[in-house]
Amino acid sequence: MKAIEAAGVWKYYGDFPALRDISVSVEPGACLALLGRNGAGKTTLLKIVAGLSRAARGRVAIHGAEPRAQAARREIGVLGHAISLYDELSALENLRLFGRIYGLEDPERAASEWLERTGLERVRDGLVREFSRGMRQRLAVARAFLHDPSVLLLDEPFTALDDRAIALLQALLRQAVEQGRTVVISTHQLREALELATHVALLVRGRLAYAGERTAEMLEDTGWLYRHYGEPQSAPPPGARG
Amino acid sequence: MAVPALRGAPVRTPARRPRLSFVRQVLTVASKDLRSELRTKEALNSSLAFALVILLLFSFAFEPTEAQTREISGGLLWLVFAFAGALILNRSFARELANDCLDALIAAPMSGAALFLGKALANFALLLAVELVCLPVFGVFYNVHWTGRLPSLLVVIVLGTWGVTVVGTIFSALTVNLRLRELMLPMLVYPILIPCLLAAVQLTSPLVMGQPLTPELMIWLRLLVVFDVIFTALAVALVETVMVR
Amino acid sequence: MRDKAVAVSSWLAALLLAGNLALILLVFPDEQEQGPIFRIIFFHVPMAWTAFVAFFAALIASILYLASKNLRYDAFAAAVTEVGLAFGAANLLTGMIWGRVIWGAFWVWDPRLTSMLVGWLLYAGYVMLRRAIEEPTERARMSAVVSIFAFADVPIIFFSIQWWRTHHPQPVVWGSSGGHMSPEYWFMLFFNWIPILLVGYLLLELRMRQERLSRELDALRREAHAL
Repeated sequence: MKAIEAAGVWKYYGDFPALRDISVSVEPGACLALLGRNGAGKTTLLKIVAGLSRAARGRVAIHGAEPRAQAARREIGVLGHAISLYDELSALENLRLFGRIYGLEDPERAASEWLERTGLERVRDGLVREFSRGMRQRLAVARAFLHDPSVLLLDEPFTALDDRAIALLQALLRQAVEQGRTVVISTHQLREALELATHVALLVRGRLAYAGERTAEMLEDTGWLYRHYGEPQSAPPPGARG
Repeated sequence: MAVPALRGAPVRTPARRPRLSFVRQVLTVASKDLRSELRTKEALNSSLAFALVILLLFSFAFEPTEAQTREISGGLLWLVFAFAGALILNRSFARELANDCLDALIAAPMSGAALFLGKALANFALLLAVELVCLPVFGVFYNVHWTGRLPSLLVVIVLGTWGVTVVGTIFSALTVNLRLRELMLPMLVYPILIPCLLAAVQLTSPLVMGQPLTPELMIWLRLLVVFDVIFTALAVALVETVMVR
Repeated sequence: MRDKAVAVSSWLAALLLAGNLALILLVFPDEQEQGPIFRIIFFHVPMAWTAFVAFFAALIASILYLASKNLRYDAFAAAVTEVGLAFGAANLLTGMIWGRVIWGAFWVWDPRLTSMLVGWLLYAGYVMLRRAIEEPTERARMSAVVSIFAFADVPIIFFSIQWWRTHHPQPVVWGSSGGHMSPEYWFMLFFNWIPILLVGYLLLELRMRQERLSRELDALRREAHAL
C-alpha cells in the first residue's frame, strides 16, 4: 500500500483552481521533494495531505486511510511555517501536551527523550516565549517527531532555520528515511532537499509538471528541473535592461 | 552536534496505535486552555475588570433603590455577564493563532468535537469564575440580599452561562481568522443569544427577590435547557466544517 | 430563458401591484376599529411572510452548499438573505407606521415586530460576516454555518418573545381584529402576496447576477496574481 496517494485532486479558491488534477503517489520509505514557485500550490497540497484542508475533488489516502481519519492523523508529523507551540507553556509542557494528544503511553518519557535529542534538556522548564529563534525551531522539530510518525510532512523546513537547526533536521530526516519512514519536503531550498530526496515532484501553477525519481543530474544542476519542466522565465521588467 | 539514533524499532503500521479516549481529549484541551489562561490571566483580568466597572457604572448612572435593584437584577447581572463573556470567548480560539497552534490541533488525532468541547469547558469555567466574583460584589455595592434562593439561582446561572459559552465558542472558531474579530464576534453572537439571555433574566430577577419558581417561570427554565441542548448539538455537528478549510 | 422570466415577472408584478393598490384604496371599505390605516396590512403581513420564506430558502441553500460545495448555492443563499432583510425592514417600517397611527408610538414591543427585529439583526450579522471574508470558498462555508445557526434560532426567538410579551401585555398591532377578518380581507392578503413575491424574485435575480460577477472578478484577479 502506498504511504501517500493523491488521485485527481482539485482545490478551488472561489472559482480559481489552486490545484488542478493532481495525481501522485509516494511509496513508504521514499523522500519526496515537492518543488515549485511561490503560489504553485505546494502548501495547499501539503495542507490537504496533512488533513488541515479538504480537497474539492479527488481522493487522498495516507496508508489507505482518509487524511481526516484519526488513524491517519496519528501517523502524520507536520512541520509548518510556524512552530505550533504555546509561548506561555514550557518546553516540557508543550511536548507532554502533544504526547498526550497523540496517545503516547508515556508522554513524559517521550518528551524528555526528545528534549535531549534536540539539545533542549537544560531549558526544559523554560517558557517557549523566552527561547531564542533557534531553540524554538528545534523544539518544533521535536514536536513533529515526538509521536514517532511514519509520515513526515515538512513545509519549507529549511527557510529561517539557523545552522544548528538545519544540521539537526537533516540528520533526523536522513535517519527517518533509513528507517523506512515517508518524508515529503516542500521547499525552495533545492540543495538541501535534493540531497535527501529519492523522488521529486514539480508543481507549476497548480499542475503536476513532473513526478519521478531524483536523478544525479538534478542534484548536480539544481536548476535543471525548472529549466526543463518549469515555466519559461518571464521577460525582464521594463527599464531593467542591463 | 551528535544526534542519538531514533528508536530503531521498525515503523509501526497505523492500526496498532493506542488511542486517547474522547473524554480524555476533552479534558486535555480544557486543562491546556486553563493552564495557559491562568499563567497569563489576560482574558480573566480584563473580563473581571470590565464586569466590575459596568456593575459600578450602572449604580452611578441609575442610582436604583434596593427594591428597584432586585427587580432589575436579572437584566443587570446578565448584561454584565454577557459583556464580560465576550472578552473571554474572543480569546478562546484567538490564543491558538500565535505560532499556528490551531493547525497543530486540527492535524492532531483529535475529533473536532473534542477540541470544541474542551475549549467550551474551559471558557465555561472561566466565565463562571468571573460571575461568581461579580455576585458578591453586586450584593455589596447595591446592598442587595441575593442568596435567598441560592441553589435555584446557581442552576439558572450554570444553564445560562453554558448557553453563552457554547454559542460564543463556536463563533470564536468561526471568526478567528477575521480582521475585525473583536467586533464580529459580539455582533454575531448577541442576537443568537437573545432567547437564552431573556430566559436567564426572567428567572434571575424573581430568584434574587427570594421568590420561588412558579410554573409560569418554569417555562423559561425549559427554554434554557432546550436552547442549550440544541445549540450544543448544532455546534458539535458543525465544528469540523468551521475548522477544516 | 432567465431574462424572459425576469421580464414577465416585472410586468406581472407591476400589473398586480397597480391593480391591487386600486382595489385596496378604492374598493375596500375603512376597517371598523382601526380606520384607513388598516390597509397597510396588505403589505405589512405578506412582507413578513416573504422574509420568512427567504430566510428558509437561505437555510436550504446553505445546507445544499455544504453538501455539494457548489458556489451557486452560496450565491443564492447570500442573495435571498438580503432579499429577506429588505422585506424584513419594510415589514418593520410599515409596522412602525401602523403603530404610530393606531397607538401613538412608533415602537410598542409588539411580539411579532420584536421577533422580526431580532431576526433582522441575526441576518444583518450574516451580511456583515460576508463582507469581512475575502476568499469566496471560505466565505461560503462560514456564512452557510451562520445561516444554519440563525434559522435554528428563529423559532426559539419567536417563542421566547411571544412568551415574554404575554406577561407584559402591550398593545398588539393587529391582534385585535387580525383573527376576525372577513374572507375578502384574507383573500387580498394572499393575493397581494403574489406581486410581493415577484418583486422578491426580481431583487433576487439582480443580486445573484452581482454575486456571480464578483466571483468571476475574484477568480480573474487570482489568475493574474499567479502569473
